[in-house]
Amino acid sequence: MSGAISRVIASLVAAALLLALAPVAGAAPRASLIEIEKQVMCPVCGTLLQLAESPQAQREKAFIRRLIAEGRTEAQIKDALVAEYGDEVLALPQGSGFSLSAYVVPIVAFVVAAVALGLGVLRWRRAGRSGGRGQPNPAGPKGDDAERLDADLARYDL
Amino acid sequence: MSVRSSIAVLAVLALVGLLVYGLVSKGSSRIAVGERAPVTALPRLEGGGDESIAQYKGRWVLVNFWASWCIPCRQEAPALEEFQRQHGGSKFTVLGIDTRDLTDDGREFARRYGLSYPQLRDGDGGASHGFGTTGVPENFLVDPNGTVRWVLPGPVDERYLREQVEPFLPKVKS
Repeated sequence: MSGAISRVIASLVAAALLLALAPVAGAAPRASLIEIEKQVMCPVCGTLLQLAESPQAQREKAFIRRLIAEGRTEAQIKDALVAEYGDEVLALPQGSGFSLSAYVVPIVAFVVAAVALGLGVLRWRRAGRSGGRGQPNPAGPKGDDAERLDADLARYDL
Repeated sequence: MSVRSSIAVLAVLALVGLLVYGLVSKGSSRIAVGERAPVTALPRLEGGGDESIAQYKGRWVLVNFWASWCIPCRQEAPALEEFQRQHGGSKFTVLGIDTRDLTDDGREFARRYGLSYPQLRDGDGGASHGFGTTGVPENFLVDPNGTVRWVLPGPVDERYLREQVEPFLPKVKS
């Protein structure tokens, strides 16, 4: 009987512990000023907030500190900064509108360059196989060319 | 010209166009006397809703770009408020534009200096860019037709307002 009671108590304690720990395990990591400073700009200085010391940057840092103290997540703080200063406050361009070109143009340029290089290599190999222009003639020079070659060889005593 | 050359030329032109667009959209030059003032709608600093300079057509408007973190803006605010008290009415107003600033900081600034003239918010600096400002404070006097008549890239004081701005304004306050 006492064994059964002990098991029930142990189960209840374990369930209570699980319930107490669950929110901690599921919570997002606490936002940090150092991490956010690396990802946002000082709009007036045009540099990363991390590097800025202007009065505007000081106010922006104080704003971030206040939101961290309120328990906001990193994403929520960045959203709040965008609401205050617009998209340009983000150090990385947004994945929409004209800013999308910052991601798309390098990829397109890479693909075009890779295709051009691939086509160039294919063409070069095809030309090599078919003995195209610029390949030495296995039969050797003929006529005037043969005479000139013989004369050169004789002159240099090769 | 072969198809391949045409594609290469088009690709180069597209790249150059992209670079030019990037440069043009970033750069701006200060609006000059005689030019039309930009009329972008901006949110009000207090009370919600949007407003633009176009809504002040028929009035002289002294557009004042400021920010709460700007020390010269603190120094000129009392002079602007006094000028508004003297001349503000149906023919003239000061219009403050709080630029690249936090909303709460801007509101606190307006309360601290008792600014009674209308205030708009330019958080991303778009309006500031449209006027081609290079910092804060900057002041632009816009006539009743929306044309810029006087520009001061810097703070104003009572004497400056009296000598430089007042002569433009209608004599009778109403």
